[in-house]
Amino acid sequence: MSGALSSLSMTAIPPEDEALRAPVRAFLAEALKDVPAPVRARSWSGYDGAFSRALGARGWLGITLPTEYGGGGRSAFARYVLVEEFLNAGAPVGSHWIADRQSGPLILKYGTEAQKRFHLPRICRGESFFCIGMSEPNAGSDLASVRTRAVKGADGWTLNGQKIWTTNAHHCQYMIALVRTSGEPEDRHKGLSQLIVDLSLPGVTVRPIEDLSGDSHFCEVFFDNVQLPADALIGAEGHGWEQVTAELAFERSGPERLFSSIVLFDEWLAFVRTEAGRTPSAVRLAGRIMGQLAPLRAMSLAVTRKVAEGGSPVVEAALVKDLGTGVEQLIPAAIADDLYGRAEGTPVPLELLLTLEYVTQVAPSFSLRGGTRDILRGMIARGLGLR
Amino acid sequence: MEDIYADALRGLLEDCCTLRHVREIEAGGPAGALWEAIEGSGFANALLPESVDDGAGLTLADAFALLELCGRFAVPVPLAETMTARALLAQAGVRRPGGSIALAAGPLDADGALHCERVVFGRVADWVLAQVEGAPSRCLLLPVDAAEATPAVAPLDAGLRWPADALAAAPSFEGGEALRLHQARLLAAQLAGALSAVFERTLQYANERQQFGRAIGKFQAIQHQLSVMAEHVFAARMAAQMGCTAGDAPTLAPDALRAAVAKARTSEAALEVAALSHSIHGAIGFTAEFDLQVYTRRLHAWRQAAGAESHWHDLIGTLLVDGRFERSLDLLRAATDPVAA
Repeated sequence: MSGALSSLSMTAIPPEDEALRAPVRAFLAEALKDVPAPVRARSWSGYDGAFSRALGARGWLGITLPTEYGGGGRSAFARYVLVEEFLNAGAPVGSHWIADRQSGPLILKYGTEAQKRFHLPRICRGESFFCIGMSEPNAGSDLASVRTRAVKGADGWTLNGQKIWTTNAHHCQYMIALVRTSGEPEDRHKGLSQLIVDLSLPGVTVRPIEDLSGDSHFCEVFFDNVQLPADALIGAEGHGWEQVTAELAFERSGPERLFSSIVLFDEWLAFVRTEAGRTPSAVRLAGRIMGQLAPLRAMSLAVTRKVAEGGSPVVEAALVKDLGTGVEQLIPAAIADDLYGRAEGTPVPLELLLTLEYVTQVAPSFSLRGGTRDILRGMIARGLGLR
Repeated sequence: MEDIYADALRGLLEDCCTLRHVREIEAGGPAGALWEAIEGSGFANALLPESVDDGAGLTLADAFALLELCGRFAVPVPLAETMTARALLAQAGVRRPGGSIALAAGPLDADGALHCERVVFGRVADWVLAQVEGAPSRCLLLPVDAAEATPAVAPLDAGLRWPADALAAAPSFEGGEALRLHQARLLAAQLAGALSAVFERTLQYANERQQFGRAIGKFQAIQHQLSVMAEHVFAARMAAQMGCTAGDAPTLAPDALRAAVAKARTSEAALEVAALSHSIHGAIGFTAEFDLQVYTRRLHAWRQAAGAESHWHDLIGTLLVDGRFERSLDLLRAATDPVAA
């Protein structure tokens, strides 16, 4: 483990990937010029299929997928630049987010040729959106205890069970579901498989769950004798656990673990740059947050290099996510203290306060989605040889 | 390349800078023998160009592993500082003396004396490269034995005051305002080493110490504390590395933003990691006899030296609020891209 800590060093984004930044930024500045900050703050929860198709038309979805499947054939750093710009601008990336980040790479790695030819070009065009079917009621982060079951028949699978906390399922065409294909929940990691579920099939019911901010971006999904074709299986039967573990490394190390509160931060920064907004303590707070984010970005880039070289830096990704979500959660708490700690009558723009309100309310989710803080610390402890 | 140097320095320090030596020097013993051993090894010249003396021509980024080792071994003399000071003197064309060199800054008193408070390693150094505060900013190379010394909080530090006539005789060069940045990033690198040492010792202790019939590292509460320590050590090390990187040019010029991030983040980590390590060690870690305190005292001392985290947060915040950065992301890019100037 200490070897892993000292092996990560500062990493440059290659110039050809960095060159993507200017055109993406120019596109986003135009596309989002009329979108108010409280809406932009939703970014990876924000759903806008037309926006995703516009990105697809420019070649900015599936940029790491091979060109023969409609992708950009570029490195993980190209995607890093794109995602970083999307999140910092507050672009509504929620519709294609999962497909671009996880499902596409998963299908590329484990899928059959037919699955790749069918799904990947649609993902790259922004026409096909995916959700993740991992969590279940009473399972949460304990994925090995999933109970949703697929039974193999003569010409396919019969699926029964329930998934929950499935982001944007009501807007997606497909789910990649982790299901039990043999054994019992007590068998833990054994007997799990991943299936691609067409959510338009009979027997699938998707029910949005409203969150405390009034948004409905995650859902319950019910499967009642859903008939899936034999080729719904992705990867090897019974290897779902290894596949999911590899998939989660994609999910945990990216810029999204640093920038969930960044629209709020930049909006607040614009206020601090005004004569009325600037105070010594606000300047110090800006430095405190940047001083934590800067090493995190360097760590995240170093992990990206490991991913780009074909590694699966699971423990390093967990370190970045746990620290990163901590800063993401610090930002609304500290900004609230700054703004509401000022003298009565200080004029603070309403739009800034509304952005703060939204981010404050959803901030608990930052350290839940993609594995809770306690799960991540357990993984790090395992990496340290403690368990 | 740097691994060869780091392995050699590690071997030297294992022989001549054991914790027994560190304790003796901290207790007031002479530092001369340790410095002679280091001087003989040539490491103090690591940052000098190969054309000069026995310079190794390393950049500061190349030398990061060496600076880190100074913290990891709690080296009780200013080796990291001497490497930098000698390179700065060479760049300025000032003749370099033998002996160790600490870095400091201070104002001129009314009587023309230079007063530097809390000089890190001021008690054990042979020389001080001091920035005279005020314009035009100047650096002076001053012998410690010409100063009036007063005790400071940390046992290896001292307050030093040179009378006006000592200043007049001292070699000097213009443009010393970067000295504080040099000091900040050198302390950050040494903090990174000390943080790693504390973390590894604590991990080992948790695996060995039995309570309630098993190693305490088997308890989830302890595991999670160790995970949090690992996060801080990892982030601080990355920040310290950033501080020692300033483009790919063979220059020692520090980047204010990166030096500030390095010192701020390592100082924050010092506080967290010191607290967690003592928590996990229980009462034994608090004793003079147990080695942990050699490192955790340094975590606190170096966190405070050359500006604690808020000092550097003010600088980062000012660069962000007043600077050329359109967005916070652009400041992050400037701080983290190894080739950006």
